[in-house]
Amino acid sequence: MKKIFSVKKGFIALLGVAMIVLALASASLGAPDAAVLRMATTTSTDNTGLLDYLAPILKADLGIELQWVAVGTGKALELGRNGDVDVVLTHDPESEKSFIDEEYGVDPKQVMYNDFVVLGPASDQAGVKGKSVNDAFKLIADKQAPFASRADKSGTHMAELRLWKAAGVPEPDKENWYIQTGQGMLDTINIAGERGGYVLTDRGTFITYEANNKGNPPVVILVEGDDSLKNQYSVIPVNPKKHANVNYELAAKLSDWLTSKKAQDDIANFKMEGKQLFFPNAK
Amino acid sequence: MNYITEGFFQAIGLILSMDEETWQAVGVTVRLTVMSMAATLSVGLPLGFLLGYFDFPGKRGAHMVVDTLLALPTVVVGLVVYAFISNRGPLGDLRLLFTIRGMAIGQTILALPIVIALTANAVECLDGRLRMTLATLGAGGWRMAATSLRECRFALMAAAVTAYGRVVAEVGVSMMLGGNIKWHTRTITTAITLETGKGDFALGIALGILLLAISFALNAGLSFLKRRADA
Repeated sequence: MKKIFSVKKGFIALLGVAMIVLALASASLGAPDAAVLRMATTTSTDNTGLLDYLAPILKADLGIELQWVAVGTGKALELGRNGDVDVVLTHDPESEKSFIDEEYGVDPKQVMYNDFVVLGPASDQAGVKGKSVNDAFKLIADKQAPFASRADKSGTHMAELRLWKAAGVPEPDKENWYIQTGQGMLDTINIAGERGGYVLTDRGTFITYEANNKGNPPVVILVEGDDSLKNQYSVIPVNPKKHANVNYELAAKLSDWLTSKKAQDDIANFKMEGKQLFFPNAK
Repeated sequence: MNYITEGFFQAIGLILSMDEETWQAVGVTVRLTVMSMAATLSVGLPLGFLLGYFDFPGKRGAHMVVDTLLALPTVVVGLVVYAFISNRGPLGDLRLLFTIRGMAIGQTILALPIVIALTANAVECLDGRLRMTLATLGAGGWRMAATSLRECRFALMAAAVTAYGRVVAEVGVSMMLGGNIKWHTRTITTAITLETGKGDFALGIALGILLLAISFALNAGLSFLKRRADA
């Protein structure tokens, strides 16, 4: 009898512990914060740490708690279309335009920009250093130098596709030199670095990458400063007429705040390794 | 190569320094696994018992379905549950997407086949003579079922530990349904994905070591209970 008793006791103890933990878990979940704003954004604003820096300031200024999901621009807009987030912060003018034309988003506002740069190994086998973007992309395709692409419909990927088109190169797909990673920006730069290839990135993510590699990165900036390399970020609240339960009020507040003088100065002051990552340009 | 040793020391540092972000991810992981395991066990154990204990037409078919579901990919579970709980989906009004509860639903679906299959096997493997002995002793249906369950308690524990291993280590469901939102739905595994994406390999390794440490503590606790139960 004694044996059965202690078996029971052991299991009851285990069950008791499980119940207590469960109770604690559901209690702490039970109180949703009223002022929570959900945003879908691109990997670049998250990987660079910009949002980690802005979120506490937003909380202090307006009492809004920002929760964000960092995905590519394509996925971010899809989350907006499905009404799974209240607002998006993205960087692809073309897909943003159709997002607004389809009335999923309302009242877009430009927030800031940085620029894209073309990275490659210092050895530069395709010889693109200092060339224009068009020439650089042509040379990479001609020399069949390895090129890592996000290939995920992110803002950077869409920009890359525009650049191939502008350079008169048919969109690469199955070519051996064209590496479609399907991953985030830093992963893709890492892959380019490992393969000694070229890659298009936003400057902010490159500065982060450089910092990660303690100032000695396997790939460096080879092409920069071209007009077609500008990378514009916009904030777009999700249309409450499409999804009644999105929090439009808070989304509009965020949009106003991001484009206010105060937040614009905060964005300008966000630096990594002493370098400014994003340039505010709200109108 | 440095980042491997660096990761190891960083792990110790993270555990000792009680870094807030890390502990938040640990907290989410623990809450999430407790919720999904509670749901999995309360549904899976009875179903598994029914499947193993009783003979019914279509039993072999049911077995085959459950065994096939053992191979469910996490991203498929994530995708299907997403389709249901997205604001656009049939359960959108419950606002479960990007919450721990939503993630727990996905993990429960992932873990259920494991618990059902292993429970059914454990019950089936019981010595047939046990049932006969009990019957001759005059035990009724409930009594017989309860005794059978107690006889295979360690196999059931193994089923639970295996299911726990699957949910605590998965990243697909947590990433798709939780969204890796800092302070809210970031688990240890999604944090590892993020740190790897950011290029911070050392921190990723550190978090991995921490996850294993938690699982070790849990198994040590179970082993302690088992020894006491045996004594």
